[in-house]
Amino acid sequence: MAIEIVQPSVGLSKIAVSETHGENSPYFAGWKAYDENPYHEKHNPSGVIQMGLAENQVSFDLLEEYLDSNQEATSWGKKVSGFKENALFQDYHGLLAFRKAMASFMEQVRGGKAKFNPERVVLTAGATAANELLTFILANPGDALLVPTPYYPGFDRDLRWRTGVEIVPIHCESSNDFQITPKALESAYDHARSMNMKVRGVLITNPSNPLGATIQRKVLEQILDFVTRKNIHLVSDEIYSGSVFHADEFISIAEILESRNYKDSERCHIVYSLSKDLGLPGFRVGTVYSYNDQVVTTARRMSSFTLISSQTQFLLASMLSNKEFTQKYIKINRERLRKRYETIVNGLKKAGIECLKGNAGLFCWMNLSPYLKEETRECELEIWKEIMEEVKLNISPGSSCRCSESGWFRVCFANMSEETLEVALRRLHEFMDRRREGQMLCMV
Amino acid sequence: MTQTGPRRLHNSGMEDESRDQSPSSSTGMRLIVPLQGIVQGRGGLILGSVIPCAMFYFLQFYLKRRRSPPNPPEHHTSSPPSPAPSSSNLTELSRSASRSNLLMSRGSIGRPHVSSRVHCIAKSNDSPYYIGLDKVSADPYDSFSNPNGVIQLGLAENRLTLDLIENWIAEKLNDSILGGGLSVSGIATYQPFDGMPELKVAMAGFMSQVMGRTVTFDPSQIVLTSGATSAIEILCFALADQGNAFLIPAPYYPGFDRDMKWRTGVELIPVHCRSSDNFTLSIPVLDQAFNQARKRGQKVKGILLSNPSNPVGNLMTRETLFSLLDFAREKNIHIISDELFAASTFGDEEFVSMAEIIDSEDTDKDRVHIVYGLSKDLALPGFRVGVIYSYNENVLTVSRKMTRFSPVSAPTQRIVTSMLSDTTFIKDFTERNRERLRAMYDLFVEGLEELGIGCTKSSGGLYCWCDMSGLIRPYNEKGELDLWDKLLNVAKINITPGSSCHCIEPGWFRCCFTTLDEKDIPVVIERIRSVVETCKSPS
Repeated sequence: MAIEIVQPSVGLSKIAVSETHGENSPYFAGWKAYDENPYHEKHNPSGVIQMGLAENQVSFDLLEEYLDSNQEATSWGKKVSGFKENALFQDYHGLLAFRKAMASFMEQVRGGKAKFNPERVVLTAGATAANELLTFILANPGDALLVPTPYYPGFDRDLRWRTGVEIVPIHCESSNDFQITPKALESAYDHARSMNMKVRGVLITNPSNPLGATIQRKVLEQILDFVTRKNIHLVSDEIYSGSVFHADEFISIAEILESRNYKDSERCHIVYSLSKDLGLPGFRVGTVYSYNDQVVTTARRMSSFTLISSQTQFLLASMLSNKEFTQKYIKINRERLRKRYETIVNGLKKAGIECLKGNAGLFCWMNLSPYLKEETRECELEIWKEIMEEVKLNISPGSSCRCSESGWFRVCFANMSEETLEVALRRLHEFMDRRREGQMLCMV
Repeated sequence: MTQTGPRRLHNSGMEDESRDQSPSSSTGMRLIVPLQGIVQGRGGLILGSVIPCAMFYFLQFYLKRRRSPPNPPEHHTSSPPSPAPSSSNLTELSRSASRSNLLMSRGSIGRPHVSSRVHCIAKSNDSPYYIGLDKVSADPYDSFSNPNGVIQLGLAENRLTLDLIENWIAEKLNDSILGGGLSVSGIATYQPFDGMPELKVAMAGFMSQVMGRTVTFDPSQIVLTSGATSAIEILCFALADQGNAFLIPAPYYPGFDRDMKWRTGVELIPVHCRSSDNFTLSIPVLDQAFNQARKRGQKVKGILLSNPSNPVGNLMTRETLFSLLDFAREKNIHIISDELFAASTFGDEEFVSMAEIIDSEDTDKDRVHIVYGLSKDLALPGFRVGVIYSYNENVLTVSRKMTRFSPVSAPTQRIVTSMLSDTTFIKDFTERNRERLRAMYDLFVEGLEELGIGCTKSSGGLYCWCDMSGLIRPYNEKGELDLWDKLLNVAKINITPGSSCHCIEPGWFRCCFTTLDEKDIPVVIERIRSVVETCKSPS
């Protein structure tokens, strides 16, 4: 009988086997629970309600209405080369009409307070790709980006996984509503340097995910001064800029740069997307907007790996350049998000739960720390697990967002109907009532 | 465009791109060491370092003061300044930019640092492949509106059968961009990043139809990406570490140099194929390349094949494919089979997919991965639909996670699903596509023969591989590029020189004929003739 020779299996790369994709964290575990038992009004009323996905479904009807009344915009038309040219178009500059439409939309979202040049718009298949692309361009493997905590859990993967770049947190505290301070910036920078890492830039999300709040003008100025002093980059992820409840409360870094006459703006880059503001995450439309020529040129070429389908560009070019539609959409979308926010915050208050005062985004930042036996990550995860298993709500624990304080949770409210939101609030209310009747949550 | 000092330093950044060294340390050293030598003897090392350092810092300080404008910038408008114009495929790093990068890499003044990846762009864009594409964009030939423009034969794009797809869309979808119906419901929200299940099923069916023959493709082994460009990059990230290498039969598609190496830091080792073998891959040569790599200390992780090959248009025989699998097994490496042109065959030989070879094996499937896409066979490069098809569960898992950086847009998934599911249309389309490819190939090759230019006998792809070695003087890369230049700037024809494809024999050119109409062929031949005559006449 032949001796079986066990051949060594053919190996994969270090990147492939690393855990940096982060998909084993609780953030994603909750999603699994939802996938296995999703709530449905009629068919599964006791299923898990998904409150961990920041998706905007509140203004979907407006999109449908537009498509209904603008049939011409959704047709390739009888022009001889309409379809042909589109099918062959794979220029990484992107469709000019679409870039113009994006620049115009970005201006509208900021109430015209900043101008955007279509020549600086680089298109990517989603903001996920835009963030990774910028990281590849601005930093080498082993370098560091400073990111304020708490931050979007996906950053651990998007900024670090394939790029080899590290994230060094800028710790923010509830004592000042988690705002970024110059002291925290310096401290993070020094910490990175002490670990012998070269700091290449600061990446902020404005409005913030998961805080659901805009960054104040004064703080933006301080951050800009800091990066200028250290001669590093500033990436401003503004994907929720259209989801601010009151238009005048959002200040984009673009405005600050404009007020400084674009002096020293070469270190600034903005990331935008249609996934949140326009509720079209499936379309995969993102953009890198850079004030640095070299970065624009490089990003454009690098976007070859992540081009937006020409069909999608074509379709959206007409939608986004229809100013009447976009004005109306932005306004109504804001209103509806604000109302939802008020509903959830009031509902939580009635249940005895406070939230950070927010003014933007598709979620609220909920504070359960008074209910933790101890302010530890373990206790936070205990409550999170209980809420998932008993209350059947999937919410995101602050530890997934690297929050330095325990007990905070991000709760999304825009990816469901109003009725479902009421159901979720009711469940939470009952849960808190039960707690108050003396049931201990955290056994440590 | 040549640069001196700064360019040389940037070259070091480019070549060592996989290593972590930033250009700044080498910058400093190159200035300090020679100065040290000058001061040596008296005061020695310390003076030798301090004085140049001090000089250096004063120089920087002076330059910084010169550079920051005392008045506000000229443009008083509130619009952000426009970036330097860049053409579609060529980028130009201006001199001042690179010089300032040289200076600012010290960190304390000037522009903030960008990664070494940025600097390697300039190098790859000097390639004739990209320069040619650019010339066409700037001055594209049109038989009516621009008969003196540059004729495109340098882009493997298939325009021969777009009318068939156009008709299908008009009939079946009523011209709707959304792919039928007006609703975005079902496609607006987040979709699985690796593709909608319906599309995977449709794609598996399509692949089985056009390349399977005896095997069927399994939807669960499919990961969809935004184009084959991304599929190949993802596989490189998944299979190899920075500095590892892939063996690749040459001549090969110029884009691989960028697509595979750029962000992954992976190396490519060409395995040269010869005209005497009709440019087919020889296993002994492959073995030699592998051994030489090992001696150099380079870790080879896999082989990348293109079948049908680009730029030659060869189909791999069943025997070769089996031998390759044996080879990969023996060395314990991966095989990536890029089968992008699988349905674009027009010869007498039949295409055999790696899937067919692996189907008869019980074990060892883990090392085989196929790359596919709709850019060539279905003439839809703009839609960005690529496929990773792997037999390795771990590779599939990683690819599914990585494709979040390059997913297929939902409305595109929907329209493509409809199209691929219409198997009658697909059957008709692929048959007619083959016919038209064959017809165009015959016409074009005939035309070249009239000029005394022969081509390898190819059976697939959208191009032919032409032997113009008799026309180049001297018989080397320079001669080849001179001819390329004449053809581009005098005859105004963009074809791709073999040197861009890493062909070891000079004088070979890739000519894509699928961007032409039949009536354009005589025009092309005449233009080539005019240059050929000048090459033949004694200078």
